[in-house]
Amino acid sequence: MQLKAENVCFRYNEKTPWILKDVSLTIEEGERVAIVGPSGYGKSTLARLLAGYKRPSSGSILLDEKHLPMQGYNPVQMIYQHPELAVNPRWKMGQILNEAWHPDRELLIEMGIEESWMTRWPQELSGGELQRFCIARALGPETKYLICDEITTMLDVITQAQIWNLLLDVSKKRKLGLLVITHNIALANKVCTRVIDLPKINRIDRIK
Amino acid sequence: MTKREWNLSWNRRTKVALLAGIATLYLVGIFIWGLCLDPALYGVNYSEKLIAPCTEHWFGTDFMGRDMFYRCIKGLSNSLIVGVLAAGVSSILALVLGITAAIFGGWIDKFVNVCVDLCMGLPHLVLLILISFMLGKGTRGVTIAVALTHWPGLTRIVRAEVMQVRSAQYVQAAYKMGKTKVQVAVTHIMPHVLPSYLIGLILLFPHAIMHEASITFLGFGLPKEMPAIGVILSEAMNHIAMGKWWLALFPGMMLLIAVLLFDVIGEQLKKLWNPTSGNE
Repeated sequence: MQLKAENVCFRYNEKTPWILKDVSLTIEEGERVAIVGPSGYGKSTLARLLAGYKRPSSGSILLDEKHLPMQGYNPVQMIYQHPELAVNPRWKMGQILNEAWHPDRELLIEMGIEESWMTRWPQELSGGELQRFCIARALGPETKYLICDEITTMLDVITQAQIWNLLLDVSKKRKLGLLVITHNIALANKVCTRVIDLPKINRIDRIK
Repeated sequence: MTKREWNLSWNRRTKVALLAGIATLYLVGIFIWGLCLDPALYGVNYSEKLIAPCTEHWFGTDFMGRDMFYRCIKGLSNSLIVGVLAAGVSSILALVLGITAAIFGGWIDKFVNVCVDLCMGLPHLVLLILISFMLGKGTRGVTIAVALTHWPGLTRIVRAEVMQVRSAQYVQAAYKMGKTKVQVAVTHIMPHVLPSYLIGLILLFPHAIMHEASITFLGFGLPKEMPAIGVILSEAMNHIAMGKWWLALFPGMMLLIAVLLFDVIGEQLKKLWNPTSGNE
């Protein structure tokens, strides 16, 4: 299984400048790839295209040589930078966690999710605690690729280490492909097998 | 959690629920009492004209010898019927228009917005009088006029709520988790819109009742022979200069209490449903 971006171009509409142009990359099964680059260079946009949240203006995103499914469970799941926006504030945590699948107790213990949190509302938990729910929620059995858009930027170092150790573990065990977007080069080198510098593969002319 | 903490939180939540419950009970009680009231109780009796409040006539009697207490109950009950009907129709109109505008967007959205602006741009009372007058006044005229003029505010609220939640990350994520549009609408959008809609609906009642009373007071509303707070108050205007204070004071206070109680119910329910204060 491969997740492939072929000559992907993107802009919001005809009047705005290109954000991505002719970007091609391939992520093999179980491969861990980091994308680095300065702010505003389209890293998050690329992540959204790869996860099927937006369609590229031209080019295609292929999973196993097929287009991403528009309906049903998407094997490419994405985790956001701001977990507090990614959960419904009117749902209790238990409901949020079980929206897509029912994570087993072992995983919850590994993630450091406590049973007593299940009956709480999202704003009663911290960002780090919420992010664990978002990750556990996205680790369903059908997930083949996980796109992590700066998922640990707002967390303390110990929680960061805990989350990345777990994700590495899951990735190795289940041959889960990881795409890590980060500003932290040290993290990228530590977690990933390959580091891609987005400005190098993005063929747009920037005003120097 | 210790037992004491648990007791405390339970008390606060219960207090809020209790307050809303008592207010509802009072309003429903008046409504039903007014419906079952024997018309003879507030009938004309010229031998007991303009009696000041006493144990026999709590609110006194008017210039035709009618008992003001029973007239007030009947009048408030009539006002409540108009209010419930009008608020119900208005809120359904608002819900349909708001959701349609937010989901379809484009020219439908623009059209709804123009309608809202037009309706809000006109002075509310003028619009009420025009519609009521056009429909020949009476109960029908008032109810339709009040029903047709109270939707714009709520429409805007519903539209804004749906728009906000439609593009939320958790809604987008739910689609990618294989949820269908209907599932997302039922599980994510409805719970988001419902509290503001219901509170909006409850807070529409006092508006509707006040407007019903005011256009009746101005003479464009309910007929003279029908007991209604607006009619009572406009009649009282002729006698208040002669020192017959009870004719205006008590009916006015009853109206005020009813309106305030609707406000209390709305505010308390808002506290209960809002996640930021619901667990307090």
